[in-house]
Amino acid sequence: MIALEGVTKAFGEREVLKGIDLTVDEHQAVALIGASGSGKSTLLRCVDLLLGIDDGDIFLDGEVITDPSVDPIDVRRRLGFVFQAYNLFPHLNVIDNVTLGITRAHGLGRQEARDSARSMLARFGLEGREEESPSNLSGGQQQRVAIARAFATRPRAMLLDEVTSALDPELVGEVLRAVRDLKDEGVTMLIATHEMGFAREVADKVGFLHEGRLVEVGPPERVLEDPEDPNTQKFLRRLLEAGRA
Amino acid sequence: MAAEAARPDRRAERAAAKRRRDRRGIAIAAISTVVVLGGLVALVLTSPGWPDVRDTFFNATVFKESFPDVAEGFWLDIRIFIVVEILVLVLGLVVALIRATTLPALFPLRLLATVYADVFRGIPVVLLVYLVGFGVPALDPPEGLLTNQIVLGAAALTLSYGAYVSEVYRAGLRSVHPGQREAALAVGLTERQAMRHVVVPQAVRNVGPPLLNDFISLQKDVALIAIIGVTGEAFRIAQIQASTDFNYTPLLCAALLYLAVTIPLARLLDRWDRGRVR
Repeated sequence: MIALEGVTKAFGEREVLKGIDLTVDEHQAVALIGASGSGKSTLLRCVDLLLGIDDGDIFLDGEVITDPSVDPIDVRRRLGFVFQAYNLFPHLNVIDNVTLGITRAHGLGRQEARDSARSMLARFGLEGREEESPSNLSGGQQQRVAIARAFATRPRAMLLDEVTSALDPELVGEVLRAVRDLKDEGVTMLIATHEMGFAREVADKVGFLHEGRLVEVGPPERVLEDPEDPNTQKFLRRLLEAGRA
Repeated sequence: MAAEAARPDRRAERAAAKRRRDRRGIAIAAISTVVVLGGLVALVLTSPGWPDVRDTFFNATVFKESFPDVAEGFWLDIRIFIVVEILVLVLGLVVALIRATTLPALFPLRLLATVYADVFRGIPVVLLVYLVGFGVPALDPPEGLLTNQIVLGAAALTLSYGAYVSEVYRAGLRSVHPGQREAALAVGLTERQAMRHVVVPQAVRNVGPPLLNDFISLQKDVALIAIIGVTGEAFRIAQIQASTDFNYTPLLCAALLYLAVTIPLARLLDRWDRGRVR
C-alpha cells in the first residue's frame, strides 16, 4: 500500500536518506530500526509529505504522492502520524485535540465528531479524561491521546515515530499495548522504534537503517536474530550489551 | 538511640528558630521603611519651597473644584483608549500574520508590512501625533473625519502602537513550537487552518503579559493627543485650568486618574505572569 522507490532526501549538503526502497503491504506492520540520526524520522516525515524529497518516488495505494501536482493536504488526510513528543495541542482539551482534525479536515459535524472522539478515547483507555487539559495527563496518556487523534481520522495507514522514546520506562507498556491493539485490528503501520522486543513481536517486517541506507530488510526473526549486514550486527550487539534487546 | 529521642525537640527548636528569624525580618523591614520614607517626606516638607509647592500642587480646594471636569475629560481618554486598543490588536495581528506568510503573491504586502513596522516603531509617538494631527489637516481635506483632531490623534496612536504590537505578536508566533504546526498538518488541516486553530491561539496566549504591558503604555499615551488641540481630554483640561490661575493641582488630579487605571492593570499583569509560571 505504501511504497518507496529510490527515495533520497538531503538537508543542505547532508544526505539523510540515500535511495530508500521499501514496501508496506496492506495490514502489514513494518518496523524501522537503526541508531539515532539514521534517518528513521525523516523517512516517516517524507511519507506524510511533511518534508519534500529530492529524488525517487513515494506511492500510496498505487498513486505517486510525491508528484508536484498532488495536494499534500489530501495525502495527509489519508495517513495518521504520531510524533515522538506527542505534539498535542496544549490550548485544547483532550477531546478537542481529537475533534479538531475530524471536524476541520474531514468535515464531520460537531456532535458526530465528539461521539466518535469519545469512543476512540475510550478505546485507548482514556474515558473520563475528555475535558482535561493535556498537561494534566501522564506522558503515556498523552501519547495515547495522540494515537487516538491520529487514528480518529480513519487513516489508510499509521506512521509512528518513536512513540515511546520520550516516555518514562514504566509508561512504555501502555503505549505499546495501544499500538498492539491497532496491529490486531489489521491497521497498516510504518513504525520507527527503539524497542527491539516490540519490533520482533508486532512487525511483519523489519528494516535496518544505517546512515540513510536501508541495509537490511526482512522478517523480524531473521533481521533481529541472524542479521547478515555487519552494521546491523554491530548495532544489535551494542543494544544487547546495554541490556536493551 | 539518643538521636531518636532528641527528634521532637529538634523539630520544636527549628520551628522556634524560624519564628525568631521571621520576626526579626519583619522588624528590620518596618524600621527601614520608616527611616527611608520618613526621611524622604521630611526632606520634602523641610525644603524651603515646600509651602509654595503645597499650595500650587496639593491644594484641596482647587482639587475639589477641578476634579469633576478633569474626570469628565478622563472619560474621553478611556473611550479613545478602548477604541484605539481594539484597532491596535487587530492591526498588529494582521501585520504580524502578513509578515509570517511565505506566499510569493503576498510579497508586496509583506514588504509594506515590514516597512510599516520599522518606520512607525522608529518614530517617537509624540512626533507622530504632531505629524498626523497637523499634517493631515494641512492637506486641506473636506471637513469631516480627516479634520477631527480626536480621530487624527487616535489614528496616530493606532499606527504607532500597531507597529509595536505587531512585533509582540511576531514574537508570539515564533514562540509556538514548530511541532504544533506539523501536528496540525498531520491531522489534515491546511496551512491556513493550522495557523487559525493551532498556532495563533497559542501565540496570543504566550504574549498576553507583554500585550497588557503595551496596553498600560497606550493608556498613558492617550494624553499626548492634547498637544494637537483636543480640548475635552483630561490632561488638556487640567492644563487649561492650571494656566488660568497658575495652580497645578488639576494636573495632579489627572495624574491620579491615570494611576487609578494603570496600577490595577499592572497588578493584573503581575498576577497573570505569576499564574503562567506556576
